Amino acid sequence: MGMNKRKAVYVPFAQTVPLKYTIDRKACLYFQAIDKGKKGKCKACEKFCENDAINFDQTATTVDLNVGSIILAPGFQAFDPSKWDTYQYTNFKNVVTSMDFERILAATGPTEGHLVRPSDKEQPKSIAWFQCVGSRDINRCDNAYCSSVCCMYAVKEAMIAMEHAHDPLEASIFFMDMRTYGKDFEKYYNRAKDDMGMRFIRCRVHSVIENEDKSLKVCYVDEQGNIQNEDYDMVVLSVGLESSASAIELGNKMGIELDKYNFAKTSDLTPVATSKPGIYVAGCFQGPKDIPYSVMEASAAAAAAARDLASARGQLQKIKEFPPERDVSGEETRMGVFVCNCGINIGAVVDVHEVAEYAKTLPNVTYVQENLFSCSQDAQDQLAEMIREHNLNRVVVAACSPRTHEPLFQETMSNAGINKHLFEMANIRDQDSWVHSADHDAATQKAKDLVAMGVAKANLRVALQPIEVPCTKSSMVLGGGPAGMTAALNIADQGFKVYLVEKKDVLGGHGRKLRKAFSGEPVKPYLDDLIKRVNDHENIEVHLGAEPKMVSGFVGNFHTDLTTGASFDHGTVIVAVGADSTKVKEYLYGENPNVMKWWDLDKKIEEDPDSIKQAKCAVAIHCVGSREPDRPYCSKICCAHAIESAIDLKELNPDLDVYMLYRDIRTYGRLEELYQKARSMGILFVRYDPDNKPKVEEVGGKLQVTVTDHVLGRPIVMSPDFITLYTAIAPKGTEELANMLKVTLNQEKFFLEAHMKLRPVEFSTDGMFVCGIAHYPKPLDECIAQAQAAASRAVTVLSKDKVVIEPIVAGFVDKEACRGCGLCVALCPYGAIDIEETPEGRKAKLISASCKGCGICAATCYRHAISINAFNDTQIEAQMHAFLNK
Amino acid sequence: MPSGKDVVGSVLIAGGGIVGMQAALDLADSGFYVHLVERSPGIGGIMAQLDKTFPTNECAM
Repeated sequence: MGMNKRKAVYVPFAQTVPLKYTIDRKACLYFQAIDKGKKGKCKACEKFCENDAINFDQTATTVDLNVGSIILAPGFQAFDPSKWDTYQYTNFKNVVTSMDFERILAATGPTEGHLVRPSDKEQPKSIAWFQCVGSRDINRCDNAYCSSVCCMYAVKEAMIAMEHAHDPLEASIFFMDMRTYGKDFEKYYNRAKDDMGMRFIRCRVHSVIENEDKSLKVCYVDEQGNIQNEDYDMVVLSVGLESSASAIELGNKMGIELDKYNFAKTSDLTPVATSKPGIYVAGCFQGPKDIPYSVMEASAAAAAAARDLASARGQLQKIKEFPPERDVSGEETRMGVFVCNCGINIGAVVDVHEVAEYAKTLPNVTYVQENLFSCSQDAQDQLAEMIREHNLNRVVVAACSPRTHEPLFQETMSNAGINKHLFEMANIRDQDSWVHSADHDAATQKAKDLVAMGVAKANLRVALQPIEVPCTKSSMVLGGGPAGMTAALNIADQGFKVYLVEKKDVLGGHGRKLRKAFSGEPVKPYLDDLIKRVNDHENIEVHLGAEPKMVSGFVGNFHTDLTTGASFDHGTVIVAVGADSTKVKEYLYGENPNVMKWWDLDKKIEEDPDSIKQAKCAVAIHCVGSREPDRPYCSKICCAHAIESAIDLKELNPDLDVYMLYRDIRTYGRLEELYQKARSMGILFVRYDPDNKPKVEEVGGKLQVTVTDHVLGRPIVMSPDFITLYTAIAPKGTEELANMLKVTLNQEKFFLEAHMKLRPVEFSTDGMFVCGIAHYPKPLDECIAQAQAAASRAVTVLSKDKVVIEPIVAGFVDKEACRGCGLCVALCPYGAIDIEETPEGRKAKLISASCKGCGICAATCYRHAISINAFNDTQIEAQMHAFLNK
Repeated sequence: MPSGKDVVGSVLIAGGGIVGMQAALDLADSGFYVHLVERSPGIGGIMAQLDKTFPTNECAM
């Protein structure tokens, strides 16, 4: 990014795959000369490379590929603010972009994670973020859309900066509307504002002046209309997202249609399909969006492509093979210990060298190595190499966390022909350097203890083989709304049986209440077609008026009994049960018939347009029940829906006064166009303060609304013919279902995915997936994409003949000791233990495939009959001894 | 849906960022061969340039 110097031969970043050096053609002396048509000189790297790995004669070659489908995922480029003179990005050293700032915060960045300002490498005491740079702007650029992610990343950057700073840091965010509309975003924003003291100032900064000491004078007009000048040590420009020239070229080459902002054109009803059949798009080339939604779309595009190619599944598949495992049971223990710096994440706190030296003194340790990044490709190759060279049969990696990296190291063990369960990890980052960053000595001591404990346990590790069980190639989908039906159809189209279970007596869900998608496309014909395809599909069995009564089993082998008496086996579960609008007790709702909810207005527009043509004034109140203390989240779809309906009102009756009483307008992405259109039509937007909500009264039999206007600073009074309330969307009855499925909910009772960013549609329980508004409120196009994503993830299970289960499960260490008391049966949350009568009496029976290895049974068994493979009592005791006997 | 033996069981994915990688993994795990094409010398995309991610402030790497 030009923030630091690098050589003409470089590695992009330490964890890059493949981890190989590459030549920067623009900086290489040889190529510089060649590109000018001269004879090239230098080639020093070629002379010095011992492995003859440099080839200057390599040229671009054309490869012909025959493929069934194409997915475009070229991503975005950050807006380049150098062309703006207002904020002087090119001239003022301490004005940086948000991408620059990410690098300043990152351990792998030019400052190695030390928060310093570029001009003098001193730690800044105050930083200002300017939002909407290159977004929501048609004056200085053509990016009228909202970039969707900048509000949240600015809050995140400010929060991380405050945490990094040794001295108190003043962080101010200059914004237009705070768009924290995603799952758990609002709570993060509240935390920043209320707990951390971050300042949020609503305005566009008009100019920045550089002071003599290179600090920056930020000049703005505050909400009261007063001119303000404030000094900041740094300014971060929250740059927007746009399509790069190469992405546009790719789109043009493929012959797909682009929209006016150069994003791939898609329909809200087929959100990952481009204008050309067989070519799909995912991520920011479809429109600006955040990581979770990009990942969802990636799976959605995969589902769409897989549906087209279902008949050729397995045709070109290759199976990964590992070398045969060495039987180490008779060998004496030879342990390798690898201690990781994790860049500066561990290295700046823990004395890694001292830990490594200490490891050499531990029992059975024959080889010790220090790594900069143990997870990088070359470190993996080295690990395999050292296992072979030193004939190692146990490995301990002291590094980040098994949560994220254990599978990687285990695969390397397999590649080296060693059973992956002979591996142990010591968590010296998440549980040490990160939490004890202020005390280097104590952190180093703790790292030593953790390594000693890891070694003690690894000494007692034994080889374990995976458990393989057959897979039932069908799925249960709960919920017959647009999300449930979309998921069901995709799975069925891919050739797998689906049981679609809907609580109501009809399919369609909340889709029935929608008139049109935000793109304007009508929903009814789409929904009718969807319902028909579901009903006609030979692979889909629809169960109406039904709910699950009992769900048992595990991935690939579930069994469900419905309340209707029907029952079936299935391999996966997709939860698409939706959510509901909330009860309203304010604004005279239920007392005055002209105060209605949003779908009543939609119905009115459809069924009684004359009443709208005769009306004089209409008011919409946003955030009714959303962003409140007891419901601290944004319902995401209300702003755009309210504006869409307001536009319809204005089109029906141009003389109608339409007022939108809002808190922040959250028309993210291309929805911003709706907001612009509404304003150009003369729809009036009045921002209200949550501490001073609009007052709705009945005066002389007529409705009257009083609200304090944010521009005038004084109350204004309206007499609307009707008021529409944009009520919150909240989950209903999810607790019971979550208990039955043994999956988790977030604080607000929405279903909780396994990982916010990287596993947005799956539960922690294998084989269970979530989509639609049961996950979080979202518009129709996002529901459809998420449903396709859930289908894609489910098919990764269903397309295999067997399910492979990790052998970290409960096992008997002493079956004789078991007295069949049943305590473990009662406590097992997964139904993985039964009692059976044996010739030796009542004994517990362990169902390994259902077992999640949680260890509750082992901890409760007072007879010490049960333990968990790889976490048995002897191993844990050895760890404790290693810690206490130091 | 196309069917028959003319259907090719492979997919070309243009872009090796988080999106291209996830799509590639899904398809490969579902029995298709994937050609993942990336302009730069390594996969990882822009997410590799990010520091931490909200809401959990986890390392983007």
